[in-house]
Amino acid sequence: MRIIPGAALLLTILACGKEQPRTSADSQVASSGGSVDLTGAGATFPYPLYSKWFSDYAAKTGVRINYQSIGSGGGIRQLSEETVDFGATDGPMTDEEMKRAKGGPIMHIPTVLGADAIIYNLPGVASGLKLTPDVLADIFLGRITKWNDPRIVTLNPGVRLPATDLLVVHRSDGSGTTYIFTDYLTSVSNAWKAGPGKGKEVRWPVGLGAKGNEGVAGQIKQTPGSIGYAELAYAKQNALSMAAIRNSSGEFITPSVATVTAAAAGAASSLPANTDYRISIVNPPGAGAYPISSFTWLLVYERQKDSVKARKLVDFLNWALTEGEAQAATLDYAPIPETMAANLKARIATIAVAPTR
Amino acid sequence: MTEPAAPLAPRVSFVAREDRPAPSRGWMPWRAKDRRRVNMGSSAVGDRIYKVAIALCASTVPLLVVLITVALGIAAWPAISEIGISLVTSSVWDVGARKFGAAPALYGTVISSAVALVIATPLAIGVAVFLSEFAPRWLRQPVAFLVDLLAAIPSVVYGLWGIFVLLPIMREHVMPFLRDDLHLGATPFFSGPAYGPSMLAAGVILAIMALPYISAVSREVLLAVPRSQREAALALGATRWEMIRDAVLPFARSGIVGGIILGLGRALGETMAVTMVIGNRPDISASLFAPGYTMASLIANEFSEATGDLHLSALMAVGAMLFAITLIVNAIARWLVWQVGRGARA
Repeated sequence: MRIIPGAALLLTILACGKEQPRTSADSQVASSGGSVDLTGAGATFPYPLYSKWFSDYAAKTGVRINYQSIGSGGGIRQLSEETVDFGATDGPMTDEEMKRAKGGPIMHIPTVLGADAIIYNLPGVASGLKLTPDVLADIFLGRITKWNDPRIVTLNPGVRLPATDLLVVHRSDGSGTTYIFTDYLTSVSNAWKAGPGKGKEVRWPVGLGAKGNEGVAGQIKQTPGSIGYAELAYAKQNALSMAAIRNSSGEFITPSVATVTAAAAGAASSLPANTDYRISIVNPPGAGAYPISSFTWLLVYERQKDSVKARKLVDFLNWALTEGEAQAATLDYAPIPETMAANLKARIATIAVAPTR
Repeated sequence: MTEPAAPLAPRVSFVAREDRPAPSRGWMPWRAKDRRRVNMGSSAVGDRIYKVAIALCASTVPLLVVLITVALGIAAWPAISEIGISLVTSSVWDVGARKFGAAPALYGTVISSAVALVIATPLAIGVAVFLSEFAPRWLRQPVAFLVDLLAAIPSVVYGLWGIFVLLPIMREHVMPFLRDDLHLGATPFFSGPAYGPSMLAAGVILAIMALPYISAVSREVLLAVPRSQREAALALGATRWEMIRDAVLPFARSGIVGGIILGLGRALGETMAVTMVIGNRPDISASLFAPGYTMASLIANEFSEATGDLHLSALMAVGAMLFAITLIVNAIARWLVWQVGRGARA
């Protein structure tokens, strides 16, 4: 632990050396010189985007943000202990976790959307496999065990399905990707809800566990007859076969930034006015919406203790929800809908500085 | 552990140490020079400072062990008091339902390490015997260097190699061969579908990782066997193989056992490589083809995302169990080395 601030300091010093002399839009920061301004910790899934955000934001304003992608659980723990200024998570905090936070109520701020692609390896069927929610659930429950099961065959007329065994591959490490997928299965299948349920790690009825997106993808690439799930950006960048899933409007949708954005729009339209944004958007209404998607959140305390940090944090969040969103699609994340971003900014404006105790 | 075993008779040992093939390494002159320097430069104050400094250094190790034990114990206590014995006996690990039974992980740790030793021990001893007895001089150093190099490869590299090279070989060749061609599929140990990720794959990876430890220690021990020991056996009319079997190996027994235990220690605690090839399924299955789980991979998989207090504490308890197993294994090792050493002397 002790090494990290040191390393951060070193990095900052190195960064200082390279940086142009700042025209101080932000004089408070400029006076303090080399130190890190804000620290955060949490989710690994949005890390590629966040790290781009933080470096762009530092280049623009001089405010430096040190983010450790230690996993959502670690982010929640560290924010609860008040060792970081903000957290990040792929699954919303539970009421129990909210109660344990030492700094009072926590605000959830959705930043972008991610989605899980259903990836598979079936020789001769490189794309175009179609699945319905109940078939998908039964595959992961171990009730469908062969690729040529009548229920898969009727969904895929004209596709030659072999009589081979289905091998389910899932994540072995706790992850937001698993949370999104099990959240989806829970919402579409009563048997799944009563059985494994949703969580960052669940008790899988069948299959092999592999560590990380790369572990799951590696296993699936090598094993004919296997099926699993991986984060969309990862699946896309590695050109894995992705199944089309039937959404609530009855269309078969392949995951992409566009179809996930459609899902967000569908979900946003049905949000109540007083939402705290701890919401699941799996299986949303709306045409063209990909059903297995979710927000990823930044977590901040509603009452801040340090007015300087609070100011910087609010400024950053506003920047992220405007300019930051524009960069999302280039990295295969879907931006949140504009109306929702406007509502979120109004909510961010309510972040206050608590009187010192 | 690399100390040569007690010799058959004290006198033989004295002679043995004299004619050890050591001069080429140049340790004798160095040692003599060193002794002279110590005698000339010592002073009472210097000695005392030296003594205190050394004592401080020595005390850090036991202190660390105590600190780790205490920290683990405190962190694990909530789970131990709430879950109790089912932490060890139950096979249900369901975070959502707050059930934490680590029996499959415990089983997997023991079995994967055992498989690893079964594969690695004969290989490693074979390598060591070849290098110390048969290999021409010019071949010894390069081969020994290559074997030692195996120990320097990071475990995540082993894991990746496991996923992309070992698992396909296991799935397409090794497992069908064992099951169908050798007809071992009739036994429960080699039955079931061959997916690749399995207890057997984990055992093979661990064997490769433990091999350099066992073979390096064994080689050193074999080299330390006095030449007179070998000459005596040959003079009595033994063949080369009989000489190795009856005169060299018994002499080196305790050192070899020490090397095996060192390899076992490596196998028990290995995390990354095993996690990547074992299949991470918390079930107890007799078949080595079935996926399994180990305690170290359980902790590695779940710790970073664990938020519930009981979940965290249960993982700490698993860590404490792993620590306890390692301690027990080391205690057994000490006892074995001591026992074997005494046996050789008798």
